[in-house]
Amino acid sequence: MARLFEYQSKKLLARGGIPIPEGEVASTPEEARKIAEKIGQPVVLKIQVWLTGRAGLGGIQFASTPDEAEEKARRLLGMKVGNFMVDKVLVERKLAIKAEYFVGLVLDDALKQPVLVFSPAGGTGVEEMARLHPEKVARQTIDVIKGFPEYEARNMLIKTGIEGNVLLKTADLLTKLYRVARENDARSAEINPLVLTEDDVVCAADCHIVVDDYAVYRHPEMGIEVAREFDRPPTELEKIAYRVEEKDHRGTFYFFQMVENAEAADKYIGFHGAGGGGSMMSMDAVLNHGFKLANYCDTSGNPPASKVYRAAKIILSQPGIRGYFASGSGVASQEQYHSARGLVKAFHEEKLAVPAVIRLGGNFEEKAIEILGTYLKNIPGVVEGYGRDDSPEFCSRRLEELVAKNSGRGHRVTPFFEVPVPERAYIFATLTGRIAIDQSKCSLCRTKGCVEACAYKVLKLEEGRPVLAIPAEDAKRGKCTECLACEIFCTFHEQDAIVIHLPVAGLEEYRKRIIDSEKTGS
Amino acid sequence: MAILVNSGTRVVIQGITGREGMTRAQLMKDYGTRVVAGVTPGRGGQDVYGVPVFDSVAQAWEKEGPIDASVIFVPAAAVKNAALEAIDAGVKLLVIVPDRVPIYDVLEIASRAAEKGVRFVGPNTLGLVSPGKAVLGMIGGRAERAKEWFRPGSIGVSSRSGGMTSAISYYLTQAGLGQSTIIHVGGDAIIGLSHPEIMELFEQDSETELGVMFGEIGTTQEERVADLIGNRKFTKPLIAYIGGKAAKSGTRFSHAGAIVEGSRGSYETKVKRLREVGVHVVEAISDIPKKALELVQRRSA
Repeated sequence: MARLFEYQSKKLLARGGIPIPEGEVASTPEEARKIAEKIGQPVVLKIQVWLTGRAGLGGIQFASTPDEAEEKARRLLGMKVGNFMVDKVLVERKLAIKAEYFVGLVLDDALKQPVLVFSPAGGTGVEEMARLHPEKVARQTIDVIKGFPEYEARNMLIKTGIEGNVLLKTADLLTKLYRVARENDARSAEINPLVLTEDDVVCAADCHIVVDDYAVYRHPEMGIEVAREFDRPPTELEKIAYRVEEKDHRGTFYFFQMVENAEAADKYIGFHGAGGGGSMMSMDAVLNHGFKLANYCDTSGNPPASKVYRAAKIILSQPGIRGYFASGSGVASQEQYHSARGLVKAFHEEKLAVPAVIRLGGNFEEKAIEILGTYLKNIPGVVEGYGRDDSPEFCSRRLEELVAKNSGRGHRVTPFFEVPVPERAYIFATLTGRIAIDQSKCSLCRTKGCVEACAYKVLKLEEGRPVLAIPAEDAKRGKCTECLACEIFCTFHEQDAIVIHLPVAGLEEYRKRIIDSEKTGS
Repeated sequence: MAILVNSGTRVVIQGITGREGMTRAQLMKDYGTRVVAGVTPGRGGQDVYGVPVFDSVAQAWEKEGPIDASVIFVPAAAVKNAALEAIDAGVKLLVIVPDRVPIYDVLEIASRAAEKGVRFVGPNTLGLVSPGKAVLGMIGGRAERAKEWFRPGSIGVSSRSGGMTSAISYYLTQAGLGQSTIIHVGGDAIIGLSHPEIMELFEQDSETELGVMFGEIGTTQEERVADLIGNRKFTKPLIAYIGGKAAKSGTRFSHAGAIVEGSRGSYETKVKRLREVGVHVVEAISDIPKKALELVQRRSA
């Protein structure tokens, strides 16, 4: 769930016609001063982080003059709270408060509808209030097809004792809040407190909106970099991983980095699950064997080999991991050889030197395990493949044994290396990369196995050389599923004439930085 | 009997000409599901593995006769339209396979479905299978695997994790225990048929003697199953596993969420509520077949 900061949430409210306090966001003390000058009244400064209870953390400060605002902003900016380094403060006019309410919209999984909750007592005690005095809290279920008419808003407010002019203003605000939530695909939208000012304006003093990850694509203007639920800003590697996911909608790829620096002594491993339930079960098994996770990665929903390859490349951009563990539910409906090929290509390129235990149980697991066994014999690290009848506990134990034998060596990140393509190679684009065939080598090839390996019949033979059997636009549109079978066949059985290039934006620079920082010993 | 799908269920596949649609059409046909038509707008007149393709669900209905269920394999952004089309054409059961369907689209589908008395499974589901009868969706992947992994019997399986749906059922089969219907309810926060609705169906099904439920942290599904049992609306023995014990609970952001859900949603409350009403909550997946064997033997003794 993609969280918006308070200042972003308030912009959406303002656009939807909901009153918010005058103010702006500042990244420097000088900016804070200018905003305070412009407001010309006492102000409040609020740190912009995804945490509740900011006041208790000292993250909310008041200032009567621009000088004071600048000084307070200097103290707040750069402050570390939770996993956040504060880099923005919201500077707003200080409100003269007559009453504080609470209003929030959530999606109810039992009713399968949005529910709006209103309490005439706002602030921090609202949950307590709802528990002790449920009669004072009004709830209204909203039908997404019918919408939320103003009379329904008024009726729910009347139940809580709101009346007169405030009733009309608040009802208007509630219907607008629902519209803001709906238009912005909010999974939740909460104003706490909703303030009635001394001059009788109903205004949103704070606001938190969480946007549905699956609908972020409809809202490029929000500038959400990583549509995931984090309690901290995403790391560089997470951003790189998310860009892969964003650009390739075949299957899902989730990547969460637990540590940036996995010291070899700490028994960190790269974790590559498949499917939520199976990943959690597998994670429990490795944790029980004393391992720690450097990351939590999940490729599922039938991803192509290329996506699994990219996931492995990203996991292997973490230095220090002592092993690689891949395991899902064990009985996957998806053909497992796609994942196997993705791992083969990645592990080869990396010349993986730490042990890997790969549990690819499910459809065609025999073929998947055979692919791992056949093509990963000659890399420095030991790779073992297992299937549905080998439990995650057993596989974790195998990894433990292999890591112990590997005498404490951690994974070393290598520079990103792109295989050069000869000038006259036959090249065509795929959905997320390109395939280059050095046809000058094809005369030495006896089997022409690449064409046979291509299950989707994208390749055909022409004068003894593989060429596209379909229009180039179709290959680019996804008819070539990037299954990697042609490249693997040619590399290991024939002339090494096929090179599939699958770029990962930003990874080359990222690895360079990692390697440089290792050199300087920092 | 089984629930939701049987050998007589007449099925349409929306998005039959796509990558997944085509592969899983073959699974369903080979397994024995009565796939009577496929739909891809603009591709009417073609056929996929002998299944005639139409431009719309209404057209498929007109030419091939009544349709009981639609399995949807269209891109996420097109799911709402496809689902509403099937509902309007009169289909009473939808299986929405795609992942990443925007949540308000799901709410709209749910609202229309409730109004028209339509049930739906998913989104983000592998689907369901009544072993030996028919499969809807992609569970099992290929017919020969689905036949090997899942066997007819008396255990009803409902799971929020796709992979674990198959894994649990496979381990039951290995232990000599067959299944009445196996269903992956879907991994999203808002889904059509959820655990409690599935348990109500298992309660009505004469073939199902025992339920197995794979739950997860988040949502109120498992607590609502406990409520059902407490109200004697589900009276068969139930084995449950709740995933996500080790998962770090996220910072609770929404007060409104807490007010609506109360203390529900966490691992501890789920396990506690289920145990209170006599559900056999196990700590490891491998305990599911063991417990099931014990309960089945106790029943027949």
